[in-house]
Amino acid sequence: MSDTEQTVYDTVCELLQRYNREGRELRPETDLNAELNIDSVAAMDLIMEIEDKFDIDIPINLVGDLRTVKDLVATVRSQQEGA
Amino acid sequence: MDILAKYDGLAERRDLMLEAGANPFGLRMEKVLSPTEALVNGRRTLLVGTNNYLGLTFDPHCIAAGVKALQEQGTGTTGSRIANGSYALHEALEEAIARFLKRKSAIVWPTGYQANLGMIAGLAGPGDTILLDADSHSSIYDGCRLSGATLVRFRHNDPADLDKRLARLRRQGAAENGALLVIVEGIYSMLGDIAPLPEFVEVKDRHGAFLLVDEAHSLGVMGVCGRGVAEAQGIEAGVDFLAGTFSKSLGAIGGFGVSDHPHFERLRYCSRPYMFTASASPASIATVIAAIERIEQEPGLIKQLWRNAEALHSGLAAEGFEIAAPVSPVVAVKLPDERLAVAFWNALLQAGIYVNLAVPPGTPNNSCLMRCSVSAAHTPEQIQGVVRTFVEVREALDASAPAS
Repeated sequence: MSDTEQTVYDTVCELLQRYNREGRELRPETDLNAELNIDSVAAMDLIMEIEDKFDIDIPINLVGDLRTVKDLVATVRSQQEGA
Repeated sequence: MDILAKYDGLAERRDLMLEAGANPFGLRMEKVLSPTEALVNGRRTLLVGTNNYLGLTFDPHCIAAGVKALQEQGTGTTGSRIANGSYALHEALEEAIARFLKRKSAIVWPTGYQANLGMIAGLAGPGDTILLDADSHSSIYDGCRLSGATLVRFRHNDPADLDKRLARLRRQGAAENGALLVIVEGIYSMLGDIAPLPEFVEVKDRHGAFLLVDEAHSLGVMGVCGRGVAEAQGIEAGVDFLAGTFSKSLGAIGGFGVSDHPHFERLRYCSRPYMFTASASPASIATVIAAIERIEQEPGLIKQLWRNAEALHSGLAAEGFEIAAPVSPVVAVKLPDERLAVAFWNALLQAGIYVNLAVPPGTPNNSCLMRCSVSAAHTPEQIQGVVRTFVEVREALDASAPAS
């Protein structure tokens, strides 16, 4: 992971803590739905928090493909580059 | 794997809900008696959750128009308007809506759901960007998906958040290769809160975007003439497209879109939900035309609706209930959790009052609601009865709750 990627990863993990009710250890491979119980509605709220934090837009069209923490980080990075 | 196994979790939650009493999402009315009453489980029940805002479902003028159309033009049209032709009635309805809303063109769809699908997927396509209010109705989300446009949500009723996102999207070039469409609702169906349209219009104009407002719950409800939130807020000229439904204040079924855009009629051959569905039946169409005439002739109906809304809102608030939004014909009482909400809903029904149970994920901010919709046809005594019953149910549930 590059420094920038690490920073994004750390921030995303911080934002995920509110949803991490069972206090699981977060890894890049952690599954948002299966392990953190983030359903499609909660995912929408999470995305908005991430958008505000990084000052980016994440179109809903992309949300269906986000399965893991790593996917979230990659999407933030690609949207930052597009900005 | 069973094809329906993916719904196991939802089915379990539903079964739990059924253990608490009647089915909140499958209520059966054995006989509808009037705009405000029906027989439910053999009991005369007051309807406070039907969106029958003006109480026109039993209006003699509307019924007579429907019966006449049914007898003279048959039960159904048996086909779509592009493949099988329009009846003169369809065009008469479109003229009536355009006249009522003071717009150049109107297009009708067989349901309100399809109207949103048809408007959104007709207006926006791949390459365009839609910015939609986060609390939008499912028909708006579905229309957005069908459009193939890039979809960005903004915070509910927050013009500043829309402004920030439009600025960001334009910096990224979203306006260079496609159009920008902003979608909001007039009155939001769950909480009854109202969009600040003048602020949204200012923002979308500054960014060169188009604005579509869904007035499903505000047509015939807001504005002196009933043209919706845009009329009430004096901003009709700033709204590019309006969509709405016939199934609430107009007491029928169907939906519409209107606009002054010079090419709006192109949707008739470019909007799939318009092209590939059978057109509404003559009786449905005729009752809508008659209902529009009733609103035009009797603005007193809207005043009566608001008197009733004010009475229910202030009555419940005075008894200490928390109501989700300022006065509107949607009065949503907040309850702390789903278990209590289900018990409350069942107790109200047993006491002869039907409201809507609204729980997550169908509600904003995970709220649990007793959603009431007020009608002009409710009597002052009925409204007082609703308030009294809410208080009695709360007392009964408090008394039966285990001491903490």
